[in-house]
Amino acid sequence: MDWGNILGQSITQGLGVLAVIYALAAIGLNVHFGYTGLLNFGQAGFLAVAAYGLAVTIVVLELPLFVGVVIGLLAAVALALLLGIPTLRLRADYLAIVTIAAAEIIRLLVRSVTLRDIFGGSDGINAFANEFFSYSPFSAGLELGPVRLSQNDLWVVVVGWTLVALSCLLVWLLMRSPWGRVIKAIREDEDAVRSLGKNVYFYKMQALIIGGVLGSLGGFIFAVGFQSVQPDSYATDLTFFAYAVLILGGAGRVMGPVLGAVVFWFLLVFIDGTLAQLVQNGTITFIRTDQVGQVRYWILGLSLMLLMIYRPQGILGDKKELALDAR
Amino acid sequence: MRPRVASWLAAMAAAVLMLLGIGGVAAAAPAAGASGQVGGVSSLADTPLADDDSAVAATEVKGVVTDPNREPIAAVQLDVTNSEDVTDPSGTVIPAGEFTATVETKDDGTWAVPLPGGGRYSVTIDTGTLPEGIGLADPDQDTRTVNVLPEKSGTVLFRTADGENGGGTAGRSTLDRALQLTVDGLLFGLTIALAAIGLSLIFGTTGLTNFSHGELVTLGALTTYFFSSIVGLPFVLAAAVAVLVCGLLGGVQDKALWGRLRKRGTGVIAMLVVSIGFGILLRYVYLFFFGGNTRQFNAYAGQAGIQLGPVLVTPKSMVAAVVAVAFLLATAFWLLRTRSGKASRAISDNPALASASGIDVERVINRVWIYGAGLAALAGIIYSLNNGVNWFQGFQILLLTFAGVTLGGLGTAFGAIVGSLIVGVMIQVSTLVVPPELKNVGALLILIIILLIRPQGILGRRERVG
Repeated sequence: MDWGNILGQSITQGLGVLAVIYALAAIGLNVHFGYTGLLNFGQAGFLAVAAYGLAVTIVVLELPLFVGVVIGLLAAVALALLLGIPTLRLRADYLAIVTIAAAEIIRLLVRSVTLRDIFGGSDGINAFANEFFSYSPFSAGLELGPVRLSQNDLWVVVVGWTLVALSCLLVWLLMRSPWGRVIKAIREDEDAVRSLGKNVYFYKMQALIIGGVLGSLGGFIFAVGFQSVQPDSYATDLTFFAYAVLILGGAGRVMGPVLGAVVFWFLLVFIDGTLAQLVQNGTITFIRTDQVGQVRYWILGLSLMLLMIYRPQGILGDKKELALDAR
Repeated sequence: MRPRVASWLAAMAAAVLMLLGIGGVAAAAPAAGASGQVGGVSSLADTPLADDDSAVAATEVKGVVTDPNREPIAAVQLDVTNSEDVTDPSGTVIPAGEFTATVETKDDGTWAVPLPGGGRYSVTIDTGTLPEGIGLADPDQDTRTVNVLPEKSGTVLFRTADGENGGGTAGRSTLDRALQLTVDGLLFGLTIALAAIGLSLIFGTTGLTNFSHGELVTLGALTTYFFSSIVGLPFVLAAAVAVLVCGLLGGVQDKALWGRLRKRGTGVIAMLVVSIGFGILLRYVYLFFFGGNTRQFNAYAGQAGIQLGPVLVTPKSMVAAVVAVAFLLATAFWLLRTRSGKASRAISDNPALASASGIDVERVINRVWIYGAGLAALAGIIYSLNNGVNWFQGFQILLLTFAGVTLGGLGTAFGAIVGSLIVGVMIQVSTLVVPPELKNVGALLILIIILLIRPQGILGRRERVG
């Protein structure tokens, strides 16, 4: 067993691009689910519109990076409005069904042959991140003990964690403001808030937009970090993973999604690497090497169930504060 | 902080042990499927019979290629290759992809390729050798995978259609096409309706939005595949057994997981997230044991259609439609005329009141789970008749099922039926104007629009939406 290698890879991934993407997606979900009690199952859609907004602007419209970012953010806001207007007056599970459907609509549209000229069909769009990397101050990669990052990844990760820090700061400031107290009150008892004369619908809509925009930052990192956007990266699995990250870390806590993302990717890669080595050694014989990736989904599904049943507040959460049954 | 983490770890450890048991039960059928398959191939190849050539019946894959009017087509080329390691009678292992054979159809349209041993083979039809004006009904389905038992023959058929690029409806008048698509859509709608009833009834009685319902649909197809293609039962018997097994497993799932959660007082939102985790777990357990390929049932694969007026229907689809309607009528009878059916509706309306008036709520819910899971399994079987069996088929149609349920009104069984039929027909008929790859987009859009106009659905009642 090459524990050094496995640990090194796990730490690298736990701090790497994927952890950043899921941290941002989960921070957005935290505003939706953790603070407001909105069941948004279309977070993948927010990441997708941002990533495609960026890529299409740069490749198809041939405009600079920052225009792409603006368009991506506007697309996320538009999506939030589109989702929120029909559903925010309804019960929570309606929002769940509509958001998951909307995310699928987006994925089916961008991968369609009909719109191939714009979105690139199932191949997606590639090679649009040159401008992003031209701003990089790093001239070499990073090698710090077991952690190895290439020159480009290092830049992505630095920008990514900066965005995570800023997002956390924003959420922290928002949630200790009067606005945040109304939002949390909506999670606990919507009718009580309504009886105090607050327009619950508008507050929910604002929360949906803010969470969606925070999630869309993850979409930008996803796009530039892998230098490509592909429709099937934005399938419902992404949303489910983000929920696992959020619930693991602790919904309704500022640092919950960040801790969740780091722990989640560390554990996932660690389990993956350990299993792969055990299979190669011949210690485990009932799994083939190509099935190792499937077994980690078992662990993912199982831990999502177990967390929700036995520890719904996650690592950081406070069970008393968080009424998960909020509608 | 520290005691909190410790208690969390302890709970995790205890829970892993407990829930592994549940996962094990629910996954038992596909687990048995895969081990049976592997065991069957190797053990049969090892029997003494295999050494005695004269006693061995030929292992082969065969089929017949016909045009849409069931006239045989000669001189069509097909390639056969093994998609997994197979063992020949002398015990030599042929690695996947090493065995290849090319064959042409004879004048009567038939073809056959002798195989070295039992296992999975993939058959590709060379569409360039089909006569002009004839293509595959589904151009993407030019390769099929077949599981051949040792000393048995496997059958592979390709559905052909008029028109080079398939899509059998091309070149016909719009009215004819609309009729054809409506009929196709009705069958698809019936399939969704079978899946939707369970989803809707479970939601009505327990409040659970079950995102793992699609896995019950998949399970039906997988168990049918197991009983028909691996155990070797006749297809209809295999399907019947599968529906029974899946119904019982649904009951077990409720007892072992959801019933306990209800008793613990877990909220409906928490249960929704649990169902997502459970769905992921089951899907990847299926993938692990079944593999990533789409496989056809040996029986009735690629059946030729019968022309009924302007509409082309395969006999298997007609039988499937009749069976689906029969089951839907039986469900309606159960809901309207039997004690437990009426009780289930009472629970949907008001669980506390139902319980107070002497209804054994948990028992009725368990029965709802059994029927719902059985119907979902039937939906999976019917869906697979035309689309093949794969590990995520239930998840693929889950959103459409939700669309049907929401359209009809969450929690009402009859609404689910009506909504599903509308969704099914609309998906198919919409291909008149939108490209087929986007047909599901239309259905999901309609779902969102319906929620804008009439959030309680067609048959739902206003106060349910809250």
